[in-house]
Amino acid sequence: MAKSPETEHPQKAFGWAARDSSGVLSPFNFSRRENGDEDVTIKIHFCGICHSDLHAIKNEWGFAHYPMVPGHEIVGIVMKSGKNVEKFREGDRVGVGVMVGSCMSCDYCNQDLENYCPKMIFTYNSVYHDGTANYGGYSDMIVVDQHFVVRFPDTMPFDAGAPLLCAGVTVYSPMKYYGMTEPGKHLGIVGLGGLGHVAVKIAKAFGLKVTVISHSPGKETEAVDRLGADGFLVSSDPLKIKAAFGSMDYIIDTVSSVHALTPLLALLKPNGKLITLGLPDKPLELPMFPLVLGRKLVGGSDIGGMKETQEMLDFCAKHSITADVEVISMDQVNVAMARLAKSDVRYRFVIDVANSLSK
Amino acid sequence: MVANQPEKEHPMPAFGLAARDPSGVLSPFNFSRRATGEKDVKFKVMYCGICHSDLHMIKNEWGTSTYPLVPGHEIVGEVTEVGRQVEKFKVGDRVGVGCMVGSCRSCDNCSNGVENYCPKMILTYAGTYHDGTITYGGYSDVMVCDEHFVVRVPDALPLDAAAPLLCAGITLYSPLRYYGLDKPGIHVGVVGLGGLGHVGVKFAKAMGAKVTVISTSPAKKQEAIERHGADSFLVSRDQEQMQAAMGTLDGIIDTVSAVHPIMPLIGLLKTHGKLVLVGAPEKPLELPVFPLLMGRKIVGGSCIGGMKETQEMLDFAAKHNITADIEVISADYVNTAMQRLEKGDVKYRFVIDVANTLQQA
Repeated sequence: MAKSPETEHPQKAFGWAARDSSGVLSPFNFSRRENGDEDVTIKIHFCGICHSDLHAIKNEWGFAHYPMVPGHEIVGIVMKSGKNVEKFREGDRVGVGVMVGSCMSCDYCNQDLENYCPKMIFTYNSVYHDGTANYGGYSDMIVVDQHFVVRFPDTMPFDAGAPLLCAGVTVYSPMKYYGMTEPGKHLGIVGLGGLGHVAVKIAKAFGLKVTVISHSPGKETEAVDRLGADGFLVSSDPLKIKAAFGSMDYIIDTVSSVHALTPLLALLKPNGKLITLGLPDKPLELPMFPLVLGRKLVGGSDIGGMKETQEMLDFCAKHSITADVEVISMDQVNVAMARLAKSDVRYRFVIDVANSLSK
Repeated sequence: MVANQPEKEHPMPAFGLAARDPSGVLSPFNFSRRATGEKDVKFKVMYCGICHSDLHMIKNEWGTSTYPLVPGHEIVGEVTEVGRQVEKFKVGDRVGVGCMVGSCRSCDNCSNGVENYCPKMILTYAGTYHDGTITYGGYSDVMVCDEHFVVRVPDALPLDAAAPLLCAGITLYSPLRYYGLDKPGIHVGVVGLGGLGHVGVKFAKAMGAKVTVISTSPAKKQEAIERHGADSFLVSRDQEQMQAAMGTLDGIIDTVSAVHPIMPLIGLLKTHGKLVLVGAPEKPLELPVFPLLMGRKIVGGSCIGGMKETQEMLDFAAKHNITADIEVISADYVNTAMQRLEKGDVKYRFVIDVANTLQQA
């Protein structure tokens, strides 16, 4: 007979969980494993609300297990560290992102690409090495293998830095891998949400020229005046889009709903690259003529490895890059999810867990 | 306005086969070529390959055809005259012309040796040349071409079997190099075993790859392995075979131009694998995004290659004894050949013996 979430592990824990695909979150008593030799136990201070959390709690991708405690943009303070842990000690500011485990022995793991390990374990809605369910960061504490914990830079504020653990590395990694870091080159960023706004900041720090492509004309002032984008295109303005055809070296597409790729491909110069980061629930239509005639490519990318996540945090700290956040209390989380579904947030909600999560 | 009269618009008489309308039927056609300019090379056409694109174009399947249309962009022959400023070629040289006869020569793409991506690239046929006249291709007795767009056919290659390399060859060679699928030991898939596919297998093997042919026709397996040197063969409609091969390929070159599902092909790729399309289906394909992200895979395209690379490809082919498998035909067989090509009934490229069989009535 399966143990209940409350009793399956020795350390008591408390968080908010979705119980079914309505996605409504509510208080949830559960437990965490004993802090092992390789583990750190973290008191969670803040947790960012990623759009993936919304997809997951509503089972939009079809592989949800309930009860589900989401949250993979977790920052907090180390309370305990295991015998073999050298990198962290009590009191350290740390972060946990989208993964909490991998096989640690395959080619990908050996090349710091744990995110592409076939046995990679997600922070929530997954199963750990011991067969038990993983619960994420909308909770008071978490126990994580040291390999999957990153040091949080001293100069970086906890709340505004939390979203970097998913949004930040999700845009940083493809910029490095696909060679989108040459100063002066022109990058288009589609979608000005949690991912998009961080992408603008990181791209500017790399010295790129940045154009934001968005369906909301209202975001232009923000994009240009506040975030530092060099240009702004409204995707529903065919004349302006046409005028920009063949002007971009690369495009990062952060949009997670089904959308047209044809105009985006046309914005690219020959040999240009369109990297898509969003996860729509249906396939996209891919026109082949532009790919063939212009030697263009469409590629994907999925978060980043642990080494790269640390590198990204240090890069952001150096360039004073954080997310633009709206801090909320835990009991506002369902309202936040409803607003997120309408993209009504500038640009990431962050739950003030330590101050507002109470039984 | 007086329409261009093909016979009178240029000083040098020429003769070829042209399609007059989207029925695609080819018939004798008198026209003319420009006088050999200072940078031009004039050559007697010996052979011209029949590319599947010729079939699409004579029937206006892409909507870009203008008639009369003289197809042919796998053209080989012997130089008969060179302009004053021509340095690379002399009379008697064995030369070839592929899919392009001009470009802007000043943009980044042209400067980087990828004239094929120049926005002003001029096609060998059904294009518009710098002087405003329509270009006519290699189903004809003579070509006049700017030396920059002419390549030398190495002595070691027979002219007839080398002709298809000028389109099919470079179309496969270029993406194997660009997408890094040319490293010894890597595992490459080739989808489709036609004009492009069979040449692709040969190039990939010569570059040291392990090659798997993916095809809808089980009947092609023996040829693929015994004749072209492929290491293995997958029938794409066989779910079990495809499932067993998932995650085994570093790259795939997909030569199929009909609409087809790419999700199973993406599934065949290892993490960081690359699916490269060189055939261009006219309708969009369905792109499943999850596998692209979860495996950091890419789907890219490629279109022929630049002039420098085309020469490099021919030299590589000469070194490794790579030619196309051809069926040489006479000019008067060309309409029958087109019908057979439409049904895939050719092993694996028709080549017109122009010099010996193209005659004025």
